[in-house]
Amino acid sequence: MSANGGEPRKHTISVLVENKFGVLSRVAGLFSARGYNIESLSVGETLDPSVSRMTIVVTGDEFVIEQVMKQLHKLIDVIKVNDLTDDSHVERELVLIRVNAEPQHRAEILRTADIFRARVVDVTAVSFVLEATGDEGKLEALIELLRPMGIQEVVRTGKVAISRGPKTRVRRAPASRPRVSDDPRVVGFAD
Amino acid sequence: MKLPGARVVLECLKREGVDIVFGLPGGAVLPIYDALYDFEGLRHVLVRQEAAAGHAAEGYARATGKVGVCLVTSGPACTNLVTALQDAMMDSIPIVAFTGQVPTHLIGNDAFQEADNVGITRSATKHNFLVKDGKDLGPIIREAFHIAVTGRPGPVHVDLPKDILVKEAELIWPEKVTMRSYNPNYDGHPGQIKRAARAMVRARRPVLYVGGGVISADANEELRELAELTQIPVTTTLMGMGAFPSAHPLSLEMLGMHGTYYANMAVHHSDVLVAVGARFDDRVTGRVDAFAPHAEIIHVDIDPSSISKNIKVDVPIVGDCRRVLRALLDAVKQEKDDGGIREARKAWHDQIAEWRRAQPLRYEWSDDVIKPQYVVQEISNLTRGDAMIVTGVGQHQMWAAQYYKFTKPRAWFTSGGLGTMGYGLPTAMGVQAAHPDKQVINIDGDGSFQMNSQELATCFTEHLPVKTVIINNSGHGMVRQWQRIIYKERYCAIDLPGVPDWVRLAEAYGCVGLRVTKPHEVIPAIEKMLSTPAPVVLDVVVDKDECVFPMVPAGGANTDMILAPPSREVREKAEKSQTGF
Repeated sequence: MSANGGEPRKHTISVLVENKFGVLSRVAGLFSARGYNIESLSVGETLDPSVSRMTIVVTGDEFVIEQVMKQLHKLIDVIKVNDLTDDSHVERELVLIRVNAEPQHRAEILRTADIFRARVVDVTAVSFVLEATGDEGKLEALIELLRPMGIQEVVRTGKVAISRGPKTRVRRAPASRPRVSDDPRVVGFAD
Repeated sequence: MKLPGARVVLECLKREGVDIVFGLPGGAVLPIYDALYDFEGLRHVLVRQEAAAGHAAEGYARATGKVGVCLVTSGPACTNLVTALQDAMMDSIPIVAFTGQVPTHLIGNDAFQEADNVGITRSATKHNFLVKDGKDLGPIIREAFHIAVTGRPGPVHVDLPKDILVKEAELIWPEKVTMRSYNPNYDGHPGQIKRAARAMVRARRPVLYVGGGVISADANEELRELAELTQIPVTTTLMGMGAFPSAHPLSLEMLGMHGTYYANMAVHHSDVLVAVGARFDDRVTGRVDAFAPHAEIIHVDIDPSSISKNIKVDVPIVGDCRRVLRALLDAVKQEKDDGGIREARKAWHDQIAEWRRAQPLRYEWSDDVIKPQYVVQEISNLTRGDAMIVTGVGQHQMWAAQYYKFTKPRAWFTSGGLGTMGYGLPTAMGVQAAHPDKQVINIDGDGSFQMNSQELATCFTEHLPVKTVIINNSGHGMVRQWQRIIYKERYCAIDLPGVPDWVRLAEAYGCVGLRVTKPHEVIPAIEKMLSTPAPVVLDVVVDKDECVFPMVPAGGANTDMILAPPSREVREKAEKSQTGF
């Protein structure tokens, strides 16, 4: 681990919030005000309609993520914050892809879709719209394979994630973050 | 019981124990002002600009420990208030601000005096509410007060559409506030407290670094007891002045950019640094990688996000300063040192005494021109450190912090985090309204005072005998100091020559104006000011070349303090700086 909190990497953070007016903008505002980058964000109601779940993907080193978690928790409407990244969890995203479908490519596109368990949800003489779900790697692979045919448009939902196992989550073992005993450091927005 | 919404608001304020509201009416809040007309038990102080209502509420809150309340209308009133909200946010001051809003059916319609109030104040408040239904008024106001004053205190904004204020609504008043999403932690972790106690007892060169959190938690007695028991010297932040008596033998006074030499040296060389209710602000740390480089850092704070934000903390303790200090007091009594401490501590105290002897706070006396530090010293002497001291922002603020001898908490009011010029006079009004019998002295600068001098009218009409001492150097002194030391004397946009005539301005507002230009006139003028039972403006014409020292250039390490007026050596140091200051 380097002195500045390790290498930045993607974290998937699951946030339970009060389903109230303005909550989304509080969360979005927090990220913009502190200079953190949201890679994706998705929101939806939970079983309890007064509670929403946000799944946020954010890139940062350990220190940035620690601040993100703390700052999220500090928001009055936030009930619970969980970093799923190092827990066993399932991540999924849905993507809609409008791809050129010239006669000579139509069969190949359908074969590829089949391999990726994607569905054709719209057809014209010159294009398909495919619907696919999966984790980031799968969707990226599908997009790469379709790219040579000419992708017109991609629409993604952003990631949703859920932890594996029964709901009573076993507490994560203490993160194996080595202590920084040398220099104390800034988190980046201090100045 | 059904009442018009406006009446519900006032009933709720009364039940929250509010006795004073600082405000300024306008179209959208007229229903509340109409209800105020014959409402008993609530004093309304009419300010002249909305930011002043916010600052006055801050002054009231800081002086009493209760929630300060202000009430203004929609649109421009709310945007004016934003500065005060952000100020309270940065300094953790509990206030609840009510703004009017256009009727719900016009929201989003670009109506007259409409602004997206909650959108604008969202990042400047701890939390905010837009009331969309009359039956929510009670529960929301209850939550607003609860949120403002619990956990890390801060400003809460409640936006009140006009139709909600007019329509009749049920007065719902929950006895208890329970929120599943907001449950601050007050008790520190016992294991961490034990670790901290052990480190404090075994430390060779410990320092306590305390901030405004000790004052807002009313933990000054516990702090003093702990410091005396463990014989650990105490340095306070700008916000923490008064948490520990300045004249106490263990006091190192202020640290940081304009802190004392001995405070900064002690922190730099410490082996255990105990931060209590302070947040490692950049004005305190200077360059972070050179701040307390040898120290094990213990951090007590009610706000988990303050911990390890700027500086990596070794022993984090999340909790209320008072409860944690009390627990630490018990815990240190259980700990045994590991030998050799007595000698090491003696050497440490001797070293600090040596730094203190070598570089005390000092300035050069002059018989001809008034030195600003002298003015603060004499205010301190003549009030025996017993006055309520308020400041604006700038050089005078730093001199006040350096030279006033603080004896108790909740007697020092300054804009620490946001550095809001113009903070002084309106805040002093709030303090005076809370304590009508106390001497409230606003030590201000001529630049800073000008940003809210219209409030002299409020002082006059509301019988708030605030005393303002203008440290008048005919310019923006702190900017001038930076331009002198760091920007090679390329003075730009800093002169405020001679206007207005402060004495005549004070008189125009019905206040008393005094002016002194010679050192020997200072004491009699302060005495006269203190004995005048009316608002006074004392214009003290001071040496405009005086700078605040010590000074750590922004981005520099605290050990790079500049101790004396800039010499060539200092300018070279500034030029060589890689941070560009």
